[in-house]
Parts: sequence; structure tokens; C-alpha cells
Amino acid sequence: MADTTNTESSSTGSDTAGGFSFLSLFRRPEAGAAAGFILIFLFFAWFGWDKNFLTPLGSSTWLNFASKVGIIAIPIGFLMIAGELDISVGALIPAGGIVLAMSTETFGLNIWLGVLISFAVAAAIGWLNGMLVTRTNVPSLIVTLATLFVIAGLNAYVSKQLAGTTQHSLPDAGVVSEFLMGDYHTLKIGSEDSAFTIFQSLQSSFFIWIAVAVGCWYVLHVSPWGNWIFAMGGDQESARNAGIPTNRLKIALFMLSAMAAALVGMTEAVLANTASTTTQFGMIFNTIICVVVGGVLLTGGFGTVTGTVFGTLTFGIVFQGINFTTFDKDLNMLFIGVLLLIAVLMNDTFRNLATTASTKKK
Amino acid sequence: MSAKTPVLEMRAVDKSFGPIDVLHEISLKVHEGEVLCLLGDNGAGKSTLIKTLSGVHQPTGGEMLLDGKPVRFARPRDAQELGIATVHQFGGTYPLMSIGRNFFAGVEPTKGFGPFKVFDRKKANAVAVSEVQKMGITRITDGDRLVGGLSGGERQSLAIARAVYFGARVLILDEPTAALGVKQAAHVLRIVNEAKRRGLAVIFITHQVMHAMAVGDHFAVLIRGAIAADFRKGEKTREEIADLMAGGESMADLEANIEGYMETHDGHPPQVTPAQ
Repeated sequence: MADTTNTESSSTGSDTAGGFSFLSLFRRPEAGAAAGFILIFLFFAWFGWDKNFLTPLGSSTWLNFASKVGIIAIPIGFLMIAGELDISVGALIPAGGIVLAMSTETFGLNIWLGVLISFAVAAAIGWLNGMLVTRTNVPSLIVTLATLFVIAGLNAYVSKQLAGTTQHSLPDAGVVSEFLMGDYHTLKIGSEDSAFTIFQSLQSSFFIWIAVAVGCWYVLHVSPWGNWIFAMGGDQESARNAGIPTNRLKIALFMLSAMAAALVGMTEAVLANTASTTTQFGMIFNTIICVVVGGVLLTGGFGTVTGTVFGTLTFGIVFQGINFTTFDKDLNMLFIGVLLLIAVLMNDTFRNLATTASTKKK
Repeated sequence: MSAKTPVLEMRAVDKSFGPIDVLHEISLKVHEGEVLCLLGDNGAGKSTLIKTLSGVHQPTGGEMLLDGKPVRFARPRDAQELGIATVHQFGGTYPLMSIGRNFFAGVEPTKGFGPFKVFDRKKANAVAVSEVQKMGITRITDGDRLVGGLSGGERQSLAIARAVYFGARVLILDEPTAALGVKQAAHVLRIVNEAKRRGLAVIFITHQVMHAMAVGDHFAVLIRGAIAADFRKGEKTREEIADLMAGGESMADLEANIEGYMETHDGHPPQVTPAQ
């Protein structure tokens, strides 16, 4: 406690003396997440050097992992900024996969039609989540915990009723859909011998993640809707009084997170040519960790897409990077726990800096 | 006096929740460029009255008139569209958002066209800063600052400036000075005067007589859901108003008691004894 107050007062002190460009950099809400990412990256680059952490193939390992968490983490971040939580994504990931698999395999539909159906099912579930939360005022944690289990149950039941199995196979999806949703991509520049590898074996989901991040960044930070999301998380009553359609907006956000989860399920299914009904409980925690490490405030009203992306990258490195080091693999959960704790404490400090430092500016 | 129609008028308004009468035959009027101070102790029905005025509750009896025409607000939005803005304590401000974003929450200025409308940060910040400065808060110069870094008075001023900018004709201020220090409260009072100078009708709810005396033209004291007194500026002294609010108990007597006690007890105030 004494430490934090010391560093804070000294940093604001040096700021008034030396101009505030340094401070304005740290005033940016994603500063903490970015700094954390750089530190973690350097740490693993050093300890994982011998096992090719820094090679294109090595980077793909954690980037591929991060991309799947990241696609869901951004909409979850939106919800958290708006003061809500969605943990039903754990069951929506397999739901997205099996709906697509059943549409194409069991019912013989075109894959794109299957994608549309999968999105529609997810959107409907998201809508239900949103309606339950806005109409009943039950905390979204409980509502989505309930729907998590409802969907998990339905996944297995509907699968068995319609297809007679919980392990679906997905026929090869065709060149375009395979390329867009579930394939490995490599880009090399130059001729065979002197080729320079830009990236190697990156999954399609990585590029989808970038697209989702850019789209969501636009919505949250550039378009006027972003303001609504922040306002809703800051003070819902005032936001409603200011004419922001809080209920509709919230339902839309739940639909977005559900559809993102289904999208991840579909990319996994297309990539592996199989889809299983196994609920991904781990992903619930993974997405929340990424968002919090990315500097989004759990109580709402504060956060950035860039921060969430940095948080996801950090998480991906820690989760996968341990394989590149000589540390015992069993330690990776411990690493993540410590990371989360540090991130939360740092976020607090950065946020205090953001509000108090600006007061002192004349 | 009767030459001008009041902007907002309540005629014998009743409000009851089931069998409980909260407001009883309230009649009030407020004119352009006038500050009506609504005084009352806790539980006197001030909140219910504000909520009735701002469309949260619908009156169970009597009528409300805007510019002399009867109106009924089904939702708070209806009242807002007719220019009745309510500013609650810290209401309408979001601590972790910038001043510019706060100012335009819900009505963001945009540039661009079609689906590519983007939030116009520069314009939002410029308008927010200039409007707040016009209200006399010159310390605010950077629209990117987070509202959480402002003082309570400044936040209140921001909320009032926002209401004025968006065309409020009647400004309802719910205890704007209650949680503020002396200096901050003075700030807010200055802004109330500024709003009045601009021709707004202001309804100022408070239980601090001093603050009411500083800006009010017209006073109404609310006791147990009814108007106990209705008078104009200068007709009553501060002590009389305080006595009225306390429900007839003489504040002066109470103060004299305490002072007398302190004199004989080395300047210590009396121990609080539970009321019988």
C-alpha cells in the first residue's frame, strides 16, 4: 500500500516538472495492458530462445491459441464495459460447431447456409440471454450460468436425437470456406532458397480475430455507439435518462458475444473436420482473464479493444509459451494466476493515474 | 404577476401509492427566469414531487400545465422532449468517461455519412468545454479529461450546462449542493443564477436554507406531502424558514439551548439523547 502511494506521488511529481507527454501516454487506458504484454513477450523470448519461441512457427503456436480466445474476448469485453458478463459462451462454442456440422452432414445443406443457421441459433440464444437479463434484472452472471447449462444439455440431447451421436464429422468444406474459416496459412517472400517467412501455419481464426478486433474497435472507439456502451456501464440510470436505448443495446451485446462464440466453434469444426458437444468450461475463464488483463474494469464503464487484444496476446504467450521454456509445464496455471493478480492491481493504479493526474493539470 | 403564464404549473396535484398519500394538493408555478426553491426536510415528499414533475410518476389527481396547456407525461422522455430537464446529484455524469463524451452521451455529434458516421470527438470536446466555461467554470479547458477527476461542483455544473445546451426550459435541480463543500456549493449556486439569467425556469430542491436564500425568488416549504408555506423573496427570514421546515419547532430556541449548554460545559455540544 505504501509502495503504490509512493510511486504514484513520485510519478505525478516528475510529470509536473517535465511536461506531460510521458503522462499522456500512460493516461491511455490500454497502456497497462501494452506494457504487460511487452514484459511478458521479452521474458518468454529470452527463456524460450533455444526452443524457437521467436520463429514464425513458434509464434503461430500461441497466436493460433490466442486468436480463438480473442474473438470471444472482445465482445465479452464490450459486455463487461456495459456492466454485464456472459459465461454461456462455454456451451455456445460447441453449439456453433455442431449446428454447422449437423446442417451439412445430417441435413446435407450448403456450408454457407449452415454458417447462417449456426449464427442464427447463436443470435437467438444471445437474444434470450439479453431478454432475461434486461427483463428480470437478475445478474447476468446467474442468467448466463443457467443458459450455459441449458445449452450444454441441449447440445448433447439434440445431437443424439438428430444425428445419433455427440461426435460429428464435417465433410471437407470446399476451398473457399476452408480457406476463410479453417485452414493453415503461410506467407513467404522470395524464391525457394532465400525465402523469408512472414508467417507460417497461422490458422484462419487469426485473421478473423484481426477483422473482429478492427470492427469492434471501430464500434467502441470511433462510432457513437461506443459512447452508449461506456455510458451504460458508467451509470445505467443516467444513460437511460439521456435517451440511450439501454435494453436494446444490452440485448445486442449478448447476441454479439453469442455469435462470436459460435464463430469460434465453427472455425474449430472446419479446421478439424469434426465437432464435439463437449462444453468448453475453460474458455469461460480464459476470455474473462484476457479481458481483465486487458484493462477492462469488472464493474463496467472502462476499457478498450486494444487493451483486450494486448491482454489476449499476453494470455496466449503465458498459456502456450511455457512449452518453449525449460520451466515445468505444470506451472502455467500458476503463471496465469499471478498474471491476473498483477494485472488487476496495475489496472487500478493506471486508472487512478488517469483520473487524479488530470485533476492536477492546470 | 398574473400577466405572464407560468412555464410550468401544478394545480392541486395529488399522488398516492396505493393507500398512502404522498403528495396532497400541491399547487406550484414557476415563471421564466425565476428560481423556485422547494424546501423540505427528509421524507417531506420532495423526491416524489420531482419524479412527478419529470414524468417518472404520474399524478393521481390534479393537473400539470406547460405554458398554460395541460400536459401528461407517460415517461421521463416525454418530459425531456418538452424541455423539462432533471439534474440529480452527480446525475448524468460518468466518472470514467471524458468531458466531451459525457456532455454528448446519447446525442453524439457525428461526422461522415451513412454507416460510416463517426463520433466527432473534436467538436464534442470543443462544445463541452465552451459551454461549461460559459457557465463560469473556467478551470475546465481539456475536453479529454475524465469526469472522475473533476470536483463534485464541477460535475454538477457539467450536468447543468448539458441540460441548458440541449434546450431545457425548466431545470429541476435535485439537491445539487447537498454533498458539496462551501466553495463547491457557491460554484453551483452561481450556475443556478446564470441559468436564471438566461431565462430558464429553475426548480431548486434543497434542505439548506442558506443556499435557497442565495438564489431563490420564490419559496415553497413542503411538509408531509403538502405545501406548508408559499412566499416570495424577502418575505421571511432565514430563521423563520428553518422553523417552518422543522415543522414549527423553533430552531432559534434549539440553538439557544445548545449554546447555553456549551457555555457551561467547556464549549462541548450536548450529548445526543434519543428522542422520546
